[in-house]
Amino acid sequence: MARNSKPPNGFVQRLNRRPALRWLFWLGVVSIILLLGWLFNSYRGDFYPPLDADSPWSLAFWVGEVVDWLVFQLDPLFDAIKWFTQTVLNGLEEFLLWLPWWSVLVLIMLPAWRLASIRVAIFTGAAIYFIGMLGLWELCMATLALIATAVLISVALGVPTGILSAHSDRIDNIVRPVLDVMQTMPAFVYLIPALMFFGIGTVPGVMATVIFAVPPAVRLTNLGIRQVPKDLVEAAHTFGSTDLQLLFKVQLPLALPSIMAGINQTIMLSLSMVVLAAMIAAGGLGREVIMALGQVDVGRGFVAGVAIVLVAMILDRVTQTLGRKKRGARTF
Amino acid sequence: MSEAEEKPRVKISCQNVWKIFGTDPQNALNLIKEDMTKDEVLEQTGHVIAVRDVSFDVNEGEVFVIMGLSGSGKSTIVRCLNRLIEPTKGQILIDGADLAAMNEKELRMARRHKISMVFQHFALLPHRSIIDNVAYGLEVQGIDKAQRRKRASEVINMVGLKGWENSYPHELSGGMQQRVGLARALSVDPEILLMDEAFSALDPLIRRQMQDEFLSLISEVRKTIIFITHDLGEALKMGERIAIMKDGKIVQIGSPEEIVVEPADEYVTEFVRDVPRSKVVSVRNIMKEPAVTLYSWQGPKVALYEMRQNNAQYAFILDPGRRLRGVITADEARQAMKEGVIRLSKVVKGNALQIGPDQPIEEVIPLAAATDNPVAVIDADERLIGEVPRTELLLGMAGEETNNGTKQ
Repeated sequence: MARNSKPPNGFVQRLNRRPALRWLFWLGVVSIILLLGWLFNSYRGDFYPPLDADSPWSLAFWVGEVVDWLVFQLDPLFDAIKWFTQTVLNGLEEFLLWLPWWSVLVLIMLPAWRLASIRVAIFTGAAIYFIGMLGLWELCMATLALIATAVLISVALGVPTGILSAHSDRIDNIVRPVLDVMQTMPAFVYLIPALMFFGIGTVPGVMATVIFAVPPAVRLTNLGIRQVPKDLVEAAHTFGSTDLQLLFKVQLPLALPSIMAGINQTIMLSLSMVVLAAMIAAGGLGREVIMALGQVDVGRGFVAGVAIVLVAMILDRVTQTLGRKKRGARTF
Repeated sequence: MSEAEEKPRVKISCQNVWKIFGTDPQNALNLIKEDMTKDEVLEQTGHVIAVRDVSFDVNEGEVFVIMGLSGSGKSTIVRCLNRLIEPTKGQILIDGADLAAMNEKELRMARRHKISMVFQHFALLPHRSIIDNVAYGLEVQGIDKAQRRKRASEVINMVGLKGWENSYPHELSGGMQQRVGLARALSVDPEILLMDEAFSALDPLIRRQMQDEFLSLISEVRKTIIFITHDLGEALKMGERIAIMKDGKIVQIGSPEEIVVEPADEYVTEFVRDVPRSKVVSVRNIMKEPAVTLYSWQGPKVALYEMRQNNAQYAFILDPGRRLRGVITADEARQAMKEGVIRLSKVVKGNALQIGPDQPIEEVIPLAAATDNPVAVIDADERLIGEVPRTELLLGMAGEETNNGTKQ
């Protein structure tokens, strides 16, 4: 932990300090890759084997086996997650649809005005009015509910993970590559297991969205906390703060702008998953795009696309300023 | 320098403290040989010696200055004193309790109630108002809001920032921000105050003002103070004792005067070369045995004889308790003899300029210049302990070696 200013002693740091160990580690990684390549070669050593996912020698086969096994073993867990997510999602969606349209308008314009500016607020109102008039109101609310749920889950997972990564180089060294994989792995790839774990519908869509959108929340929370000036952390320790006091009284408030920037990114990434999530039957504006795609209906696709862009602009404008509008502007 | 009535209590005791930065400090510790320099150690072991076998005691209520250039280890050693940095080896005793042996909770208690710190770059929390910054130490102790704010505003008054309670740090100048830093440290009423280059980041003018105010402040709230600085002038001004560090080692510990008058090695000599000696060298260092002392019951004839014997133009006249009664010049003695006076006590008119042994020369020079009377050094009981011939005063100012045996 960062309690005392010991030199960072994570795995990577130790590796970097010992060149011999570093080469050994590198050698290990390379040989594992080679070994796996050899092991999963369907034709025992031949290069250019046919791509045969059913062969018991293929990597695809084994990943499938593992996921099947997980689905079977962890069914109650996934059911619980599914139930929870579904409840939040449905609750939100029903609530948004139950509200009269003008109150939703006010509900979104008010924070836009307080957090950003009156101009952003008016633009927001106009955009939402436009979406409503095009007949996309219900779809738009469904999309908002989906994004809100995904963002809630992302923040609930991402911020604590970021805090842990900031406090321990070891955790950071594990989390970092995982985040890299989450961001670079094509979203379609994890749509499939999401589908298997949660069945068809909006929940796997939310989950896939979370996987895609959580990294910036983790990264920027981590960064924000690590960027808190060292002497402020020292000062907090000097006065006998506990780790929690340090976190809540010093680190989090100072990291807030960065965390907010992370949440803004998370929101934008969630929105970009809307269409993809619709491919596994998540509702909202995304489904409209998928339908238009199926029918090669340019107009229908365009209208839904414009609505998505407008929602994106609103969310971005409003949340971008979250971190900046704090009292006692930062001096460094 | 004045001998205290009772032996002062040791508040902080550092015993053979080492701090080595690197992957395996304990192992490096074994590899380090006595005569290896810092660079050699770095080259051979890849470890950096920050603090090297440092020992010192700080007495209760003392201002102890640790002075050194950057990289000398002074900031590291001060952080060892509240375990912001863990020493590699050695003991640090605070009121006799071993700091290293404290568990997490005991350490927290010590930090909350015993040891406070003021930072070079203030380290104020930018998102908190001044009063909440000052109250931070009390807040983490769990003191309720009304009470801690009350205490905080008291301390804010004390450092002269009344009216700024609800401002934010970035609205204050550097000097004012450091007052907040000081107030924050004082708010918990610590026994020990660690000042880590507290005034170094301030403009010279503000710095001097802060030094003066700090000195008067701590004379009211008597605390044990460890003061870190890279500025010799500041060290000499603030410190009752000064430790000079170089390459992680302490090269000399002593009073400001000892440092200037008897530098331990070339390094310190080089350091103190440009110090105006008259600022730190005290009268004690240049005073001589009084040439002629007489008792008030003796007569002018004896006086004249003694003066002639010692080749002196005047004599100090003492009472039975060796307290200074006055001065008689040779002319006055001759006059008295003609008039047939028997006892000197009858004729003493003029008196000497009386100064204390611990006054710096600088203070005495203008006084001596304003009068023709001899300069007598008297102790707290008004006893004559020496005199300062005018030539010595001038030589002392010029920095000549003149002290010969009157030091105690």
